Amino acid sequence: MAATATKEGVERTIADALEQVGADAEEIKPDATFEALDVDSLDLVEVAQVVEEEYGVEITGEDAQRFETVRDAVEFVANRAS
Amino acid sequence: MAPEGSALVTGGSRGIGAAIARGLAADGWPVGVNYRSDAEGAERVVRDAASNGGRAVAAPGDVSDPEAAAAIVDALEERFGPLLVLVNNAGIRADGLSPQIRDDDWERVLATNLSGAFRLTRRALRSMMRARYGRVVNIASVVGRRANPGQANYAASKAGLIGLTGTIAAEVARRGVTVNAVAPGLVETEMTEGLGDELLRSVPARRAGTPEDVAACVRFLASDAAGYVTGTTLTVDGGLTA
Repeated sequence: MAATATKEGVERTIADALEQVGADAEEIKPDATFEALDVDSLDLVEVAQVVEEEYGVEITGEDAQRFETVRDAVEFVANRAS
Repeated sequence: MAPEGSALVTGGSRGIGAAIARGLAADGWPVGVNYRSDAEGAERVVRDAASNGGRAVAAPGDVSDPEAAAAIVDALEERFGPLLVLVNNAGIRADGLSPQIRDDDWERVLATNLSGAFRLTRRALRSMMRARYGRVVNIASVVGRRANPGQANYAASKAGLIGLTGTIAAEVARRGVTVNAVAPGLVETEMTEGLGDELLRSVPARRAGTPEDVAACVRFLASDAAGYVTGTTLTVDGGLTA
């Protein structure tokens, strides 16, 4: 079920997933940090699940720990999905 | 109120698991009755559930197989919707005094009783976290906390279950998912045949437990009413370890 990954598509998928776990839609921007969005490690697990289902890209716990901003996550996924 | 979804009982074809599967079906959950070898037993539980107005389906799979968790849960979810109640009940024994427990006896007991439960829980949490609702109940044993010579492998697996219960409970509590264990004492089933008499004399209740005694605790922990109970181990042993 891996979708063709455009950066915009990945951005949208991740933004939707972040909103699902409670991040404020208005605040979700590439430069926003997960800390500022109040997105914690369990939230990122859920985001990782969505990404894996959409794009077949696995985000390990170690990978997720290195993400500071939304852009970090988007680039990680976009690079691996293409 | 629990959202629409399904329940899965591993090792549900007989003994404690069969009683739990029947009980959850009676409580309105569509139930997957997992079994490894006893297809006939699983079908009997499915028929019992149906004749009481419930829904159930046999769910074959050996939980010690690393690939099994996904296959079992995917098939069940296709049929009955997201897995929201998981009862890790499948368990085996391979008793012996520690100097005589072979690697294989050690490994297969851990693989079924502990690793199997972990993998199913990991898979189930995907659905439960998304649903913001879930109940995981691990069937441990009083032997997880109190010595029973001849069962080092079994005791380790059951103590392991109690340990993972608390930790996973803490990880997912704010998603509305509870994780608890039930620790039966001496319960009359095929699996405990021959463990009997000496142990029975030390039970204050002066009787062995029934599978239904254990199922009653699981049904409570799986219910809406138990939403604030998480990370705990409920002992059901007629006072054996009191």
